[in-house]
Amino acid sequence: MGLYKKYSGKLKYKGKIRNVILAAVLFTIALVTLFPIYYMAISSFGAPTEAGGASYSLIPKHFTLDSYKFFFSFSTYSFRWLLNSLLVASVVTISNVIFATLAGYAFAKLRFPGCKVFFFVLLVAMMVPYQVTQVPLYILIVNVLKIQDTYMALVAPTLVTCYNVFLAKQFFTSLPTSIIESAKIEGCSQPMIVWKIVVPLSKTILSVMAIMTFLGEWNTFFWPFLVCNSESMQTIQVGLKNFSFANTTYFAPMMAGATISALPMFILFFSLQKYFLEGVTVGAVKG
Amino acid sequence: MKKMKKEAMWAYVFILVPLCTFIVFTLYPVISAAVISFQKYKPLGSEWVGLDNYINTFKNGLFYKALKNTLVYSIITVPVSMLLSFMISIMILPFRKKLQSVFKAAFYLPAIASGVALSFVWKWIYDPLPSGLLNNVVKMFGLSNQNWLGSQKTAMLSLIIMAVFAGLGQNVIIYTAALLGIDSTYYEAADIDGATFFQKVRYVVWPIVKPTTVFLTITGVINGFQSFQNAYLMTGGGPDNATTMAGLLIFNRAFTYFEYGEACAQALILAAIIAVFAVLQFKLSSGDVEY
Repeated sequence: MGLYKKYSGKLKYKGKIRNVILAAVLFTIALVTLFPIYYMAISSFGAPTEAGGASYSLIPKHFTLDSYKFFFSFSTYSFRWLLNSLLVASVVTISNVIFATLAGYAFAKLRFPGCKVFFFVLLVAMMVPYQVTQVPLYILIVNVLKIQDTYMALVAPTLVTCYNVFLAKQFFTSLPTSIIESAKIEGCSQPMIVWKIVVPLSKTILSVMAIMTFLGEWNTFFWPFLVCNSESMQTIQVGLKNFSFANTTYFAPMMAGATISALPMFILFFSLQKYFLEGVTVGAVKG
Repeated sequence: MKKMKKEAMWAYVFILVPLCTFIVFTLYPVISAAVISFQKYKPLGSEWVGLDNYINTFKNGLFYKALKNTLVYSIITVPVSMLLSFMISIMILPFRKKLQSVFKAAFYLPAIASGVALSFVWKWIYDPLPSGLLNNVVKMFGLSNQNWLGSQKTAMLSLIIMAVFAGLGQNVIIYTAALLGIDSTYYEAADIDGATFFQKVRYVVWPIVKPTTVFLTITGVINGFQSFQNAYLMTGGGPDNATTMAGLLIFNRAFTYFEYGEACAQALILAAIIAVFAVLQFKLSSGDVEY
């Protein structure tokens, strides 16, 4: 028994009809949500001509990769934008997983003076709106440290986020303490406990963390936009924005750029869908 | 005793990097923001101006307009997205796991595309020309041509529609997870009492998923209050500041006019408003949540 009535015997067809109707409604909604993405991909294969309303068609009439060529020839750095994004997102992801694991383990399983205070501070930090920190951070990076247009500036503020530490701590708390205790008795050092016991038991949650962090970094616009002025240091999202502001009338190349920026994440999503879907709920269920 | 000390030492080593990151990139900026909000920022030594930045902010009509816009945006986007995704999650329920995943993926895909990329597409969807996509759709319903992003009437609506679609997938996934966690005995009890489908949704499902609803509302409102990117990329706050929201207002103060002091003052006011809202929502809703 569930929320929906179960039809049996001769009335089975009723359940079938109900499911077909529900599926049809869901399918329609899915069409609407997927439409912008479909439209983006389709239009990117159009010719890179200056066009207003002329290029509106839902079914591709021509198929050409010229718009992609147009996008990559717009700036000598177009390709580098992708590499920058890849590099920054990778470094941030790796450092987040490593440091969030260590700190999460410390907060979940180790006792030390100040443990509660530090963790509380972490929780409060998660709730600070970025608007509060944006100006001082900008001054710090650009005026004080003078490291604008460097990878350091892009990576440093998100080296490890409070959210990820919180996530790791929440999960590690549920690991049985007895295993860790027995490892300690066997003479296992703390770093070894993390590496040999905690990490193997938490592969799923750590993968989820890695994927969600990578996705967030790849798509992030605001911070790279603030601290990267030189074209060679921009990430794909910032480069894309500049490309679009310089080529407002070139419809197909804009869509080509948009597709390029989104495609790596789509590929990642379809190959690791399970982790993505889990990643969305993981913060919510315990929150 | 010695063992205990060793454990504590390792703990400090483990939290060292997050702690340093936190001090340099969160704690210091927050304190610094509070200080800057009482100053007029100059590269070579700022000038103390007392409460001027706050007074100017409260005297500024645009500040209230931005707050109002932010409020309208959040208050419409969050419940609409919530209700839609709740209904979708209910509809997804009778299907097999595989099919559920397909639908969830379809709804979630827009959240994976970058906001910048999506803003381009939506800009063209909202093309004001009669040949524009959405204009073609509304024509089928007998409505006249709209200047979607360019008119004060529809600009905010356009941003809201976009936000609802982008956020739908996430809410659907979270709601579905909550719905799947409902024990079937609840439904059985309701069946014995002769409850109809809609009664079951209203009196069984809705109260049980209430913690999820509360969570989604609070995070939704917090995010809504901080929204910046779509307004910046789509309308630039126009027309006539009809879509200037707090996030954009503060950004412009800081990085268009370089009034760092005022920007920080506004940001702190916004933070206070968000905090009050979050606490209020939590208090209001936790009263009748039953776990």
